[in-house]
Amino acid sequence: MLLQVEKLTKRFGGLVAVNEVDLTVEKGKITAIIGPNGAGKSTFFNLISGFFPPTSGRIRFQDQDITRMRPDQVARLGIARTFQTTHLFEQATVLDNIIVGYRLRTRSGLWDAIFRTPRLKKEERESREKAYEALEFVGLTGMADRLVADIPQEAKKRVAIALAMATQPSLVLLDEPAGGINPEETDGLAELIRKMVQSGLTICLVEHKMKMIMNLADKIMVLNHGTKIAEGTPEEIQKNPAVIEAYLGGGADADNQAT
Amino acid sequence: MRISVAKRYGTLALLAIAILFPLVVQREYFIYVMTLGYIWAISVYGMNLLAGYTGQLSLAHAGFFAIGAYATGILTVKAQVPFWPALLLGCIITAIIGFFVGLISLRTKEHYFAIFTLCVGFILFLLIERWDELTEGVRGLIGIPYPGAIGPITFESVTSQYYLVLFFLVLTIFVIYRIVNSLVGRSFIAIRNSEELAQTIGIHLMKNKLLSFVISTFFAGLAGGLYASFVRFLGPGIGNITVTFDMLTYLLVGGIGSMAGPLIGTLLITWITQSLQFLQDYRMIIFGPILVLLIIYMPYGIVGAARTLWAKYKLRKALPPEMKAPAVKESLQQVEEGSKS
Repeated sequence: MLLQVEKLTKRFGGLVAVNEVDLTVEKGKITAIIGPNGAGKSTFFNLISGFFPPTSGRIRFQDQDITRMRPDQVARLGIARTFQTTHLFEQATVLDNIIVGYRLRTRSGLWDAIFRTPRLKKEERESREKAYEALEFVGLTGMADRLVADIPQEAKKRVAIALAMATQPSLVLLDEPAGGINPEETDGLAELIRKMVQSGLTICLVEHKMKMIMNLADKIMVLNHGTKIAEGTPEEIQKNPAVIEAYLGGGADADNQAT
Repeated sequence: MRISVAKRYGTLALLAIAILFPLVVQREYFIYVMTLGYIWAISVYGMNLLAGYTGQLSLAHAGFFAIGAYATGILTVKAQVPFWPALLLGCIITAIIGFFVGLISLRTKEHYFAIFTLCVGFILFLLIERWDELTEGVRGLIGIPYPGAIGPITFESVTSQYYLVLFFLVLTIFVIYRIVNSLVGRSFIAIRNSEELAQTIGIHLMKNKLLSFVISTFFAGLAGGLYASFVRFLGPGIGNITVTFDMLTYLLVGGIGSMAGPLIGTLLITWITQSLQFLQDYRMIIFGPILVLLIIYMPYGIVGAARTLWAKYKLRKALPPEMKAPAVKESLQQVEEGSKS
């Protein structure tokens, strides 16, 4: 058990964005979270990665309570994440975007910077190496020196994943990794996610592309109106009446729900 | 981020020009104006680290400049502390006050931060103006001594002060350059780029912003201290909000978030202001529209515009006419490969 979420609840005023959700993420597996728009998926991610504190409930990561930790502390413990929009620095090169990913494993401070101490030089070299490794992993070494603004959307998604990898995580949260890219590219990205798992990472992802999820996930959790309505293998989820209801039947009114 | 050969020679050439300047120009008044320009540039470099590289626009900068100036001035005039320890203490006092101001003001973000620091700047100005016993208020602090002699070298002539200030300017640029081009600077730039993303890759926002804020105020204090010993008279006006906006103008004209921007912007505007002296306050009629046009068409200032031109030139050079077709094909292929892999 890498990550254990117990009765996690988040209220924004009168709105319950996430309502008593339990989830366990097993090491080396792909766990997917699906649900209609506004079901609370992104909020759920934001709670795990420490962006806002939950109203109640508990989050444990590697037997450590991370419920009230800041995002940077969570990152240091080994949880990385990507965003729906990549947030990359468009005017810098791909490599420069990724080098800073290893920063959290380095200790150089102001004096090291001003006097260019051996420690700084060593850590800068390491950061560069880790960035190259991450780029190699996602298959973008050829684009290392291109500006992020000049590379295709799908490559940007890969850069965002490379940046997450550069932090040396054990769990990676991917928020709609295949959003805004075409079907072939989606297959390529699914391949990359499998490769991440093979290299020993654990993946938890939010995604709308059902075909991709059904082929990829070991376990799926379905959220609707902030509440978990189903959990199981892709086969179980596809047959689950509550899920079919949420997606096709009961007119899920997404408008008054926070994303 | 490695230095290219051209940049290195360019920097050395600039330094040579700066060293030769007093010998060539000879007119003391010009040397005086240039020295004052360097002092402002030191302060603008501090502003650039925080606003340009860390993305936090503080409008209290002139307040910290004034703290540095008054701390150095009061220590030398009223407490009879020799200049050099007074200058060092001035910088440290500014940085300490900067630390506490930063600790509070950095809890706000973006435009709230700008407005909050604007208020802090105004409070600092008022404190200096009203605290008569300490600062002499509107009468001003007079009789600030020249920088103390170092061995046989004295700093009583304008030319010798020019070289002293030049030394500190070079030191400032060097230190800022080292910070920006290190892992520390990368953390700052990551915060400027996206606070959300910076946090998720493990960057502690408050710690890094505060560090940048304190360094920024330190250089404002250094510039202030040098100003005190150079002009040798201090009035509360140097802490006025308009001074902050002057510095911001230098930064925007030169190029925010670039290494050369503060120097180019400060010196250019200093000299334009000098040559438009005859217009008095009406020179703003010229400055205003130029600034508006600049913000619209050159949002990254002169350095930014030069960079864009240079990139275009290199692209054109990379594609000579006979090569154009295959080269374009190749780059198209690269794009395709990128989207497939």
